[in-house]
Amino acid sequence: MAKDNDILDEITSKEYEHGWTANIEMESAPKGLNEDIIRFISAKKQEPEWLLEWRLKAYRIWKEMKEPRWANVTYPEINYQDIIYYAAPKQKASPKSLDEVDPELLRTFERLGISLTEQKRLTGVAVDAVLDSVSVATTFKEKLAELGIIFCSFSEAVREHPELVRKYLGSVVPMTDNYFAALNSAVFSDGSFCYIPKGVRCPMELSTYFRINAANTGQFERTLIVADEGSYVSYLEGCTAPMRDEHQLHAAVVEIYVMKDAHVKYSTVQNWYPGDKEGKGGIYNFVTKRALCAGENSKVSWTQVETGSAITWKYPSCILKGDNSSGEFYSVAVTNNYQQADTGTKMVHIGKNTRSRIVSKGISAGRSQNSYRGQVHILKRATNARNFSQCDSLLMGDKCGAHTFPYIDVENNTSRVEHEATTSKIGEDQIFYCMQRGIDEESAVALIVNGYAKEVLNQLPMEFAVEAQKLLALTLEGSVG
Amino acid sequence: MLTIRNLYARVGDKEILKGIDLEVKAGEVHAIMGPNGSGKSTLAAVLAGREDFEVTDGSVEYLGKNLLEMEPDERAREGIFLAFQYPVEIPGVSTINFMKTAVNQVRIHRGQEPLDAVSFLQLMKEKMKLVDIDQALLSRSLNEGFSGGEKKRNEIFQMAMLEPRLAILDETDSGLDIDALKIVANGVNKLRSKDNAIIVVTHYQRLLNYIVPDFVHVLYKGRIVKSGGKELALELESKGYDWIKSEAEVA
Ligand SMILES: Nc1ncnc2c1ncn2[C@@H]1O[C@H](COP(=O)(O)OP(=O)(O)OP(=O)(O)O)[C@@H](O)[C@H]1O
Ligand SMILES: [Mg+2]
Repeated sequence: MAKDNDILDEITSKEYEHGWTANIEMESAPKGLNEDIIRFISAKKQEPEWLLEWRLKAYRIWKEMKEPRWANVTYPEINYQDIIYYAAPKQKASPKSLDEVDPELLRTFERLGISLTEQKRLTGVAVDAVLDSVSVATTFKEKLAELGIIFCSFSEAVREHPELVRKYLGSVVPMTDNYFAALNSAVFSDGSFCYIPKGVRCPMELSTYFRINAANTGQFERTLIVADEGSYVSYLEGCTAPMRDEHQLHAAVVEIYVMKDAHVKYSTVQNWYPGDKEGKGGIYNFVTKRALCAGENSKVSWTQVETGSAITWKYPSCILKGDNSSGEFYSVAVTNNYQQADTGTKMVHIGKNTRSRIVSKGISAGRSQNSYRGQVHILKRATNARNFSQCDSLLMGDKCGAHTFPYIDVENNTSRVEHEATTSKIGEDQIFYCMQRGIDEESAVALIVNGYAKEVLNQLPMEFAVEAQKLLALTLEGSVG
Repeated sequence: MLTIRNLYARVGDKEILKGIDLEVKAGEVHAIMGPNGSGKSTLAAVLAGREDFEVTDGSVEYLGKNLLEMEPDERAREGIFLAFQYPVEIPGVSTINFMKTAVNQVRIHRGQEPLDAVSFLQLMKEKMKLVDIDQALLSRSLNEGFSGGEKKRNEIFQMAMLEPRLAILDETDSGLDIDALKIVANGVNKLRSKDNAIIVVTHYQRLLNYIVPDFVHVLYKGRIVKSGGKELALELESKGYDWIKSEAEVA
């Protein structure tokens, strides 16, 4: 059996593919955080007074809060005064068309396989590309506008649709929610905004692509999606960062407001730089994502494929307020080397006949730690609420860890909650079986892991499912053999 | 094609194979019989490259190459196929997907173009007919919840897909009903040619009525203690192993 361990020991994963840095002229704020920095950010973005006040209020709340340490992750103290809170590529204030966008910026995204130029774009996917603190370009805007769909950078939404932003900003994730949400509320720089009007089915995937490029910079973007009655949208988020020796902080907030009969599908393929094999560098990913199913029959599905980051702290949640509303959470989290992930979801059942479904698939390799943390809370009013949770862990080798922390809180006895959990090891006999058919070891592992994660991968839009499969294989490359 | 000389293999401190000699030529079918625990599956696993077993002595030459130096996937791509006594389950991976990956890796190894979806499907349909297997079964997770017979049939389907040079069938007949046995035997016989060889591990003479062997060997306590023609299987069927055991103990 010593052999097994030897095999699994050789965790020499392929170098992170997106680890390069682009040479872009930047403009940034000085390091550190205080009210002046917040005024600086707000002024840079020419924000209205109310938003500045909102930020300052959040900052004051944040100052009084303590960083949460309950997650099953360990990391040295973060010096919040040693971070740059605003960095933006130097370019014309707001490019009217792609011709005005710095070609180096376009090339940056091109290298990531995201083409922002009109002809080459993936048809059927509109993209908002965010580099460090600002949105670089949004595609297909006009076409979407014909349907009344607003899809633009957050800054633009503040300028063009202040009434919508003001109404919904913080309505799902209040600034007081948690430490990182408060921090984000104070310093968020850009992000995406999306509004789908009543009865409109968005004809294409909307996607935001985040890229951290600058050194010593934190990324604090904010996404706000509002789905009006009877509307539908499928939204995808992707992200990468260069390889750097120091850790970089990413503290985003995603808020989704879902009205009656509306359905929002939000998919994430998270591929932040995870740090090197010794655990040096990598992104600290402390993210708050929440959807409010405000209206009857509303529905939210979260699908996440988490492969990157040194530390992931993330619990996409659903507040099921409307009667008959439903929430789903499908997750694959892979950790390798020294990565740590503490991720899961929170389903809060408030309305009657609300339903939630949780499918979590953890995969740990190397010396990584992978935790599922999930809460199902059924409130008194939630008659006939139902939840089903399935949490599976797959271990590769014996130096990694998988943990499950389910919290179940039921206040209504007509409800039904089911929880299933399994832990398995990737089998030597499975790998041998594949190899006996001529399949090489890496492909065998990829095949087995993708099979294991299939139920979740099936939830992703087609093009991204293929990407995600490759990414899973890449993350685990070298973890066996 | 295959020359095994004085092969010793162990797992941990336990010696299982204790000096196997066997020569298999192209075009031949060899049956290996022997009591439970005598080392038949171990021999098959060693030939397929299972690393749980440590080869401590001897040599195996396959098509002029040192087989023991090759990785399991390389052996498979060079034409060695093992039908497992206990096929392994792989949740979420269909036989179709599994075979597509395998067939194409083997083809690339042979310098052939990988098959596109249409030609793969065509090949699959053809082989499905051969072993009378249902496409619905092949779309399900590999071996998960398959009946014993379905698993065995699936192994033969895979063999047909991969068209090996040397097929080793480890008790593929166990758990098959009479009809399935004929179908499986038929599938194996289709593979018989002057270029290919087959090693059949079995406990029952019954299978050998359908797959008629050129040689029958008895493995006992890690050694081949008796070899003969197809009559040997009949003799074993009627007399059991005791006479062979006592012969072996005396020697
Ligand atoms: N991994 C292992 N660890 C310890 N002992 C093993 C291992 N694998 C096989 N053995 C032992 O080696 C001996 C030979 O096993 P093997 O499976 O090769 O027998 P077999 O001839 O195929 O038997 P059967 O007819 O029952 O299938 C048995 O005593 C078995 O318990
Ligand atoms: Mg056996």
